[in-house]
Amino acid sequence: MTETTPLSPQDVLHTAESWAQAGRAVAVATVIETWGSAPRPVGSHLVIDSEGNFEGSVSGGCVEGAVVAEAVDVIETGRPTTLEFGVADETAWQVGLSCGGRIRVYVEPVTIAPQS
Amino acid sequence: MDLTLLTRLNQLRSNRQAAILVTNMSDGSQRLVEKVTDLIGDPLKEDLEKRFLSGKSGHVETQAGSFFLTVSVPSPRLVLIGAVHITQALVPMAQIAGFDVTVIDPRTAFATEDRFPGTLLKAEWPQEVLEETPLDAYTALAAVTHDPKIDDYPLQQALREGCFYVGALGSRKTHGKRRDRFLEAGFSDEEFRRIDAPIGLDIGASSPAEIAVAVLGSVIQALRKPEAR
Repeated sequence: MTETTPLSPQDVLHTAESWAQAGRAVAVATVIETWGSAPRPVGSHLVIDSEGNFEGSVSGGCVEGAVVAEAVDVIETGRPTTLEFGVADETAWQVGLSCGGRIRVYVEPVTIAPQS
Repeated sequence: MDLTLLTRLNQLRSNRQAAILVTNMSDGSQRLVEKVTDLIGDPLKEDLEKRFLSGKSGHVETQAGSFFLTVSVPSPRLVLIGAVHITQALVPMAQIAGFDVTVIDPRTAFATEDRFPGTLLKAEWPQEVLEETPLDAYTALAAVTHDPKIDDYPLQQALREGCFYVGALGSRKTHGKRRDRFLEAGFSDEEFRRIDAPIGLDIGASSPAEIAVAVLGSVIQALRKPEAR
C-alpha cells in the first residue's frame, strides 16, 4: 500500500519528534546490546525530556529511572553517552535487571541544526 | 540525533518504507540510509543489506569503526474484512500493538468514519481494494463479516499470497460449508487448514471486545511463534 499511515501516538520516535517540534529539550535512549534474558530487544527506544517526562521503554521498568536521570544530563551537556545495566553493575548504578540480563543503552540528545 | 534526520525517519516509517539509521559509536555522528538508496560503495553495504532483510537492529564492527544500526522496516499489517462490532474493538487494540490496520467492508452502512475514526477504511469490495494494494507475507487477514460473498475472496487471496495469518469468523458448521467451497475452488485440505477457525485463541471469549483480544492474540502468535500452530 502506498497510503501514509499515521504513526500511532504511542510510537516513541513520533513522540520524540513532536516533543522536539514543540520546543522541548529531548533525548532518545536506544538499547544497543543485550546479554542473557533482557526484557526489551536491541533497537527499543525511550524518549525523555529535560523535565524527566518519558515515553517508551528500554527494560521492563527496571532501569528506566536511571536512564531518565542520565538523559537529563545528556540534554544539558549535549553529549551522547552509553550506559550499561545488569546484575554486575548493581552496585555502580544502584539499579539492575532482576531478570539477570545485561543491557547497554545509548543516550543521545535530539539536536536542532542552526538555520542557515 | 538531528531533528531533521528524525523527522525524515518518521516520514519514511509512516510511508511503510524501510530505513536504517547508522550511528558512529566513536563520535556519535549519524546518517540515514533509505532502502531505495544505491548501496554501491557504502562501506557498510553488506551489513546494511543483511539488516534490511532481517529487520533487526544491532552493532557492527568494521575496519571503518564501530557502528550501531537502528533498523526500521514496515510494521506488520492487519487487514480486516468486515467493519463490524468486533472490528471496532480490534482496530484500536491492534494499532496499539503496532499493526498497520486496514478495514474493508463494501457495506457502506458499516464502513463509516463515525464508527472507525482515524482508521484506514475502504467501503469497497475486497476484490477492488486487494487489486490496488495486494496482500503479502507481512500481512495478516481476518474475515469477520459471516458473509461468504464478502469473506471468501479475500480469504482465498490471503492463502494464495501467503499471509502470515489467515482467520475467519464463523461456527464450525459455517466453516464446514466454507471448506466445501474452498476445496471446490481448487484449494487443498492442507491449504484450507491454514485458516484459523473458530477464530482466535481459545480463551472463552464472549463479547465482541473479548473476541477481538482472542483474534489479536492469534495474530501475534502467528507472527512471533509461527511454529505454535
